Amino acid sequence: MSMLATLFVVTLVAAALMGSVYALTKEPIRLAELKKKNEAIQVVVPGFDNEPSTEVRRLFIDGDSIFLYTARKGDEVLGTAVETFTNEGFSGEIKLMVGFALDGTIIDIAVVKHAETPGLGDKMVKGKSDFSVQFMGKDPNNFKLAVKKDRGDVDAITASTITSRAYCDAVKRAHRAWTEAQ
Amino acid sequence: MNQWKNFSKGLIKENAVFALFLGLCPTLGVTTSAINGLAMGLATTFVLAMSNLVVSLVKNVIPDKVRIPAFIVIIASFVTVVELVMKGYVPALFDALGLFIPLIVVNCVVLGRAEAFASKNTVWSSIVDGLGMGIGFTLSLTVLGAVRELLGSGAFFGMKLISGDALLLFILPPGAFLALGYLLVLVNMLKEKTA
Repeated sequence: MSMLATLFVVTLVAAALMGSVYALTKEPIRLAELKKKNEAIQVVVPGFDNEPSTEVRRLFIDGDSIFLYTARKGDEVLGTAVETFTNEGFSGEIKLMVGFALDGTIIDIAVVKHAETPGLGDKMVKGKSDFSVQFMGKDPNNFKLAVKKDRGDVDAITASTITSRAYCDAVKRAHRAWTEAQ
Repeated sequence: MNQWKNFSKGLIKENAVFALFLGLCPTLGVTTSAINGLAMGLATTFVLAMSNLVVSLVKNVIPDKVRIPAFIVIIASFVTVVELVMKGYVPALFDALGLFIPLIVVNCVVLGRAEAFASKNTVWSSIVDGLGMGIGFTLSLTVLGAVRELLGSGAFFGMKLISGDALLLFILPPGAFLALGYLLVLVNMLKEKTA
């Protein structure tokens, strides 16, 4: 009996502690995630003055949801930021934010979430190598989103073909969502 | 008990990684860069000190037969606190360490200290022990991370020292074993010299 009682008290106290920490950190976590999202949108469709994270559309593609954020300046639509994903990464899921201009060309791409190897796969992150630059200004309708090894148009990151393929997969999915949304 | 001795034993003599070979999963997994090693070490230090504190406080009221589940619940609670706080206030770090934070729960260093030390010693000694062990763990992770980062990406704490690629092998999983192996050789050589 005393064993049962002790374990019960221990788990009860632990649960109470968890609950209060969860309540305390809920808002900061939400804000941190929102800030990250807004920063990514800012990178891929710069110059907006609305709050794209409030103008969301959600599409279900390949068993998960893709979010589309509309960026406006005044009344004029600047473009769409598409939050896309892939499960083909070297270390699991990769989330990208892809900015599309009105004519469907890619403005820029930002990595939202990834767990790729530092120094190898993480070169897909803008600023760590020129990999992401080659997508800028391209129209996926006439720029084949696959690495050259797979007869596409994308220069893969050296020694990180899997990551490069996953990146292309995510961008392709973003373009599909963007096309569907038009 | 001499508290300084109690604290400093965790740094070199009973260093979790270099002497006891405990907690090697995060050691090998997260040390792709010095900053990752440092952050992981500090998170573990917090969990170690707090769980040692609580375990030594409750050691007399917990029946022997259920002590392990009780300790694990205590440790897991502090790990969740670390996880939530990191997510809210240092999201970039949380992204880098990701999966390895929840894995602190099963880090043998933490349960090992609760079982071997905190459940037999006073509260104050246990906190000091937890801090010493944690800082020793942090030290070894940071050193291993720095070595791997230096050799593997040619950088030190994120500062690029050479342009282009370095010995990529060292930031890949096999490099963790290689780097740790050579570091152990070095540590043992130094120990022999001073002994």
